[in-house]
Amino acid sequence: MKRTTHFPWLRISVHVLAWLPLVYLIYANITNRLTINPIQDLEQVLGRIAIYWLVATLAVTPLYTLTGWPDLPNRRRAVGLYAFLYACLHLAIFFGLDYAFNLAQIWNLVIGKVYLLVGVLAVLLLIPLAITSFDYFKRTMGRNWKRLHWLMYPAVIVSILHYALAQKGNLFTLQGNILRPFIWGVLAVLLLALRLPPVRRRVIGVRRRLALRLHRNETPEKIYTGKSTSGINPLK
Amino acid sequence: MQRKLKNIDGSFSEITPESLYLSRRDFLKTAGIVSATAFLAACGVSANQQSSTPGSNTVLPGSAGLTPTLGTTVPDNAKGSFTDELGNKANTLQEITNYNNYYEFSVDKQTPASLSKNFKTSPWTVEVGGLVQNPRSYSLDDLLKFEQKERTYRLRCVEAWSMVIPWTGFELKDLLDQVQPMSNAKYVAFTTILDPAQMPGQADRFYPWPYTEGLHLDEAMHRLTILATGLYGHPLPNQDGAPVRLVVPWKYGFKNIKAIVKIELTEKQPASFWSTILPNEYGFYSNVNPSVDHPRWSQATERRIGETGRRDTLMFNGYDEVASLYAGMDLRANY
Repeated sequence: MKRTTHFPWLRISVHVLAWLPLVYLIYANITNRLTINPIQDLEQVLGRIAIYWLVATLAVTPLYTLTGWPDLPNRRRAVGLYAFLYACLHLAIFFGLDYAFNLAQIWNLVIGKVYLLVGVLAVLLLIPLAITSFDYFKRTMGRNWKRLHWLMYPAVIVSILHYALAQKGNLFTLQGNILRPFIWGVLAVLLLALRLPPVRRRVIGVRRRLALRLHRNETPEKIYTGKSTSGINPLK
Repeated sequence: MQRKLKNIDGSFSEITPESLYLSRRDFLKTAGIVSATAFLAACGVSANQQSSTPGSNTVLPGSAGLTPTLGTTVPDNAKGSFTDELGNKANTLQEITNYNNYYEFSVDKQTPASLSKNFKTSPWTVEVGGLVQNPRSYSLDDLLKFEQKERTYRLRCVEAWSMVIPWTGFELKDLLDQVQPMSNAKYVAFTTILDPAQMPGQADRFYPWPYTEGLHLDEAMHRLTILATGLYGHPLPNQDGAPVRLVVPWKYGFKNIKAIVKIELTEKQPASFWSTILPNEYGFYSNVNPSVDHPRWSQATERRIGETGRRDTLMFNGYDEVASLYAGMDLRANY
């Protein structure tokens, strides 16, 4: 059932939220609000925003499971592509502004540094997903499309690993500047866990019971009196 | 002595014209591509450069050869002379005071400026002890009695950015000569104040507070090694390590421990803050060395704050005279 009359709040919010940071960064740049080392600041802020959107991509399905908001799954592609956009901007600053397209220097740098190798891997995982995000591929690839897009899970984890490894901190002893990547990592793992079938079934069950109770309070005359064993919302 | 930062905001314009500072940052504004040479040309506009006295081996690199009057504005003849011995013009006070790695206040570089605003640096005591003949505690005024010198040094951060900073301070050697290290003293250990009430970052359990650092006694006695008490002729701003910090210009920036309250001579190599957290990344020596990479960052190049391009990093940050300290030492193993 498709409701065509309602205003697309969710859709508009996603686009506004996605462009706001970029608009802010341009404004901050023009008004000298970035740090005194603006190239590094831009590079790091864009990278962090990419991480936020990557994790948001993982959040769409669990949020749908929790709320049942029918419009949510349709927004997943946009969220994922915005993550890709910010990852590309992050990369462009690294190549163009930070290293002035000095390919020899960049090559030597990348092969020698674990965090950069991990970052490159993250981008390599994201590229095929962005390319095949068009409806055409979704239609023609059939089951393989879903298989390919499973790569999003390792891509997010690898991106957060890249973020954590770029910080002055020790992941193993939990010392140093690793609080923020640690929090994003935990969040990503939780969101992945919500996809496990037993967890997912449980969440759906809780949601349905809650919905039933709410409806009962609101409209007691509509209570379905029969036994509900099917797990299907009896009010529908 | 009155140690208030006198009119530090008002003095920016006397040291580096704001227009010059702003022009440094125009590069991104104007579509992002302005060549480094164009930038340097813009930088030179007001440069009334006057490098350190040449031909005298008693004048140290970056020494402008003048004794500043602390707490007063910069004397007229010092204007525009803040240049290191290689001819690099000092970064602006605005840059030096708004880009600080000072984790005691914040892991961000911009916020220590505001978070340290009310940091109390008076009264201040530095305890000097351990393996010395004359242990004693120094007040800040005691420290200011040592001959204050002006040293414009390059500061190379391990994160591959750098600045040129016109410090004022005194040679650590002067202080060590006064307390007289015992014959078995081999190292000097430094400790930052531990005061989480004033330093919000010290509440962060992810770090082994307080900050500690160490030097080999020979390094500590080298005449380039100073305890800085000011910059640009002002008392040290709080975010730059007030009231007294270490400056060892041939080592990565994190060796330059800030807000020192304790100096101890030891026989064993002391632990340091970063090498406690990441022993395989932060060695005891941490000399600037373009050919020995940090596992996270390449150390071959650096970005001088205010510039778009990258510069090649110099061995010992360009202070070749310290090479003799490490004669015969494997600098890759002793990173």
